[in-house]
Amino acid sequence: MSAVSTTGELQAIADRIVAQAKKGEEIEAFVSRAHETEVRVYEGNVEHFVSAQSQGINVRVISNGRTGTSYAGTLDQSALAEVLAEARENAELGSVDEWAGLADPDGVAVVEQELWNEKLESYPTARKIELTKELERLTLGIDSRVRIDSADYSDGSVESAFATTKGIRVSGRENGCYTSVSTLADDNGETQTGWGFAVGKYPDEFDLNKAARDGVDRATRLLGAVKPATKRTTVVLDPFVTASFLSIIGSTLNGEAVSKGRSIFANRLGEAVASPVFTLIDDPTDSRAYSATDIDGEGLAARRNVLMRDGVLQMFIHSSYSARRAQTSSTGNAIRGSGTPGVGCLALQVGLGTKSQQELIADIDDGVLIQSVQGIHSGVNAISGDFSTGASGLMIRNGVTAEPVREFTIASTLQRMLLDIAAVGADIEWLPMSAVGVSLVINEITMSGV
Amino acid sequence: MTITDLSHEIDASVLARALTAGRATGADFAEIYIEDKRATSAGLDDGKVEQVTSGRDRGAGIRVIAGDTTGFAHTADLSENGLLAAAEAAAAAAAQGGGGVHTVAFGPMVRQSVNSVRVVPSSVAKSRKVELLMQANDAARSIDGAIVQVSAGYADSIKRILVANSDGVFATDEQVRTIFRISAVANGDSGMQTGYESLGHTMGFEMFDDNDVAELAARAARQAIVKLRARPAPSGAVPVVIKCGSGGVLFHEACGHGLEADLVAKGASVYKDRRGELVASPLVTLVDDGTMTAEWGAIGIDDEGHLSKRNVLIENGVLTEYMWDYIRARNEKRPQTGNGRRQSYSHLPMVRMTNTFVLNGTQDPEDIIKNTPSGVYVAKLGGGSVDTASGDFVFGMTEAYLIENGEITEPLREGNLIGNGPQVLKDIDLLGNDFAMGGPGTCGKDGQGVPVGDGQPTLRVKSLTIGGTAA
Repeated sequence: MSAVSTTGELQAIADRIVAQAKKGEEIEAFVSRAHETEVRVYEGNVEHFVSAQSQGINVRVISNGRTGTSYAGTLDQSALAEVLAEARENAELGSVDEWAGLADPDGVAVVEQELWNEKLESYPTARKIELTKELERLTLGIDSRVRIDSADYSDGSVESAFATTKGIRVSGRENGCYTSVSTLADDNGETQTGWGFAVGKYPDEFDLNKAARDGVDRATRLLGAVKPATKRTTVVLDPFVTASFLSIIGSTLNGEAVSKGRSIFANRLGEAVASPVFTLIDDPTDSRAYSATDIDGEGLAARRNVLMRDGVLQMFIHSSYSARRAQTSSTGNAIRGSGTPGVGCLALQVGLGTKSQQELIADIDDGVLIQSVQGIHSGVNAISGDFSTGASGLMIRNGVTAEPVREFTIASTLQRMLLDIAAVGADIEWLPMSAVGVSLVINEITMSGV
Repeated sequence: MTITDLSHEIDASVLARALTAGRATGADFAEIYIEDKRATSAGLDDGKVEQVTSGRDRGAGIRVIAGDTTGFAHTADLSENGLLAAAEAAAAAAAQGGGGVHTVAFGPMVRQSVNSVRVVPSSVAKSRKVELLMQANDAARSIDGAIVQVSAGYADSIKRILVANSDGVFATDEQVRTIFRISAVANGDSGMQTGYESLGHTMGFEMFDDNDVAELAARAARQAIVKLRARPAPSGAVPVVIKCGSGGVLFHEACGHGLEADLVAKGASVYKDRRGELVASPLVTLVDDGTMTAEWGAIGIDDEGHLSKRNVLIENGVLTEYMWDYIRARNEKRPQTGNGRRQSYSHLPMVRMTNTFVLNGTQDPEDIIKNTPSGVYVAKLGGGSVDTASGDFVFGMTEAYLIENGEITEPLREGNLIGNGPQVLKDIDLLGNDFAMGGPGTCGKDGQGVPVGDGQPTLRVKSLTIGGTAA
């Protein structure tokens, strides 16, 4: 892909679509072009190398309170005409919704961020392959019991342009990269798996040694794991697990879900819904976050929102649609899909505690460190609040980690877990996810084993 | 209205030139996968049809294999120039030196439409599709005043594919899928509960001739209502009876993924080197069958151009066969099993399941419950996941009841169950004679989702760990 920006060209396409609006019709056009590179290394060879470009357009039309959307995975002229015609046709079929509408410009200033890294764009392909091979070598060099499932490198860049009949016009580009390794550790006919990864604005920022070490540790420390006894206990969630937990909590604060009677926290604003040690913030303007962004899915400025402060519920997140329903303002949390934008957190983080994971564990006589969870999509219901996942990790006895355990579940409810948070660690980890990682101590969890 | 196959729109000589370009750097193999997919969806929530969406994706993925390296490029530009550029990019990606010219001669074209579609979805007015959503909404809300929210979704797609490769494969398929989903929220003294049902088949709008969305909606609503009085699920290991047609995901996770040859080849499966061995209860015969035409995971050809097949994976408890894609079958000189699948033209194919199910046993399902003094009866399962290397897997239960003294009693709150694949397969001690396929599923692997089906008769696992909070 050329290093020359084509955002002007994309903006022109979006503008042309929007300019075709008829009287009384609202139109939004989102146009993007993306490029990705993917390298997979196995046993010293490139197993696959993917180099690909894609492009697409999404159009939303609102007419007489009815919404229709359409998309195409190409930007050729006939497709562009067809997309607008289809969106208009679809709009005739929707229900009249008094709150339907595009976002009005709200005057909130965009926080300028460095979302584009020129060094990544010009990074030589051969070195991307070399660093992936290097990650595999480093990982294999640490422990003879460890094999590699794959070592991967991935980068992507997106240029996009957005225009609406409300006068919002924004374009921009961003790129990112990460590398990861999947490991297998064998001992006595048993195999356990692990993973490690590294993120950076460009590949030279990767900490390959840490990625390799994490991949080895996660797999080897589970060797010999047994199924634990069933009991109620204290858990320490590893940073990676906490990130998944935070994403679920974030989803319960969706203002649209609140309006539609689907949030466990409806009518709880201003109340203590979590432990006083817990502060939850959605901050896409923090450029350290992998999912940092300057605008939301409706072209409004992304912004820092404190969702829970010292355990007290401060606010719900909104798109312009959910805000109109709730008679409030958008919080800049519209997220794009293939149709009408939804509502979601963009880059969650928490108020940090003061202790390392080791220090947190030192305070626990009897508990379990949860290294990974399985089945979040099948065992957590954000509407009822039920939480149940498969897990593996290490027992904690008298302030230190002890034998490995696996094939058990941890269960509680989201409501209880928030109130039962005993401590937040200081060990912040920036992950290739939309939530930050940090150790989290939660009491009164049911561990089901034998 | 009929659907024309893609070969009418793509010139075979252009494909041959692109495949030749793909091998210009000396590669062993080149392949072009062309996809043209049109999709329509409509969503209802909160009593309103909130969105009607339609879209088109069209493009080609070009794969070039040189030695052990695969190069892959994809493009939305289906002109000769676009295909040649992608082929050159894929060849460069796979380049291992060498050179030479390899011309391509295609065999006779294989045209295998997965199913004979009676009512092509694009021939049905979108207003008719929207009407189904309103029907479902009304039906769910009329079940009980405690139903406080309903959402429903309709979606159809027509996916036409063409695969050509340097071995001479030249094949097309037209895959039409239709799906309907409904979820209901009930509110009671103990908080909110949810119910969910879905209906999906590899067929056109005729799916609604034999299936009533109002009835589907009523089932989802009743599920939510029943759960309002659910008690916390037990914790610890208990006998579990799984209702027919609800628990195929157990086999998908407990052994399906572990029988995929790519994971086996990397030593990332507990079933590696186990062919010919007893790996399950002798009651279990497990089949993966892409030819079950109307089922959600059905395909005419796989995404590498090979005809779909019925493959027996476990027969009377003995592991008989793994599932294969082109690369693994070629490396180990095995016949194709029709399991090379991909999410779209922008993805590389890999080994995937199609419709995976366990054949009937002999027991009366009523007797299975009667013969279980205490345990859990799972009437509906959610998704699952597996670590194929350790064999540990989980799956969620979205509707479940206690079994007390051989009878189904109290409803239970949701939770995950966890087990170890090889152990659970051996622990299946009762198998019913009431086989049924389950609902439509999307299987995720390495970031790609593909449609899959599953099925089983009512069965009992003598011990599974259930992840509730009750003692």
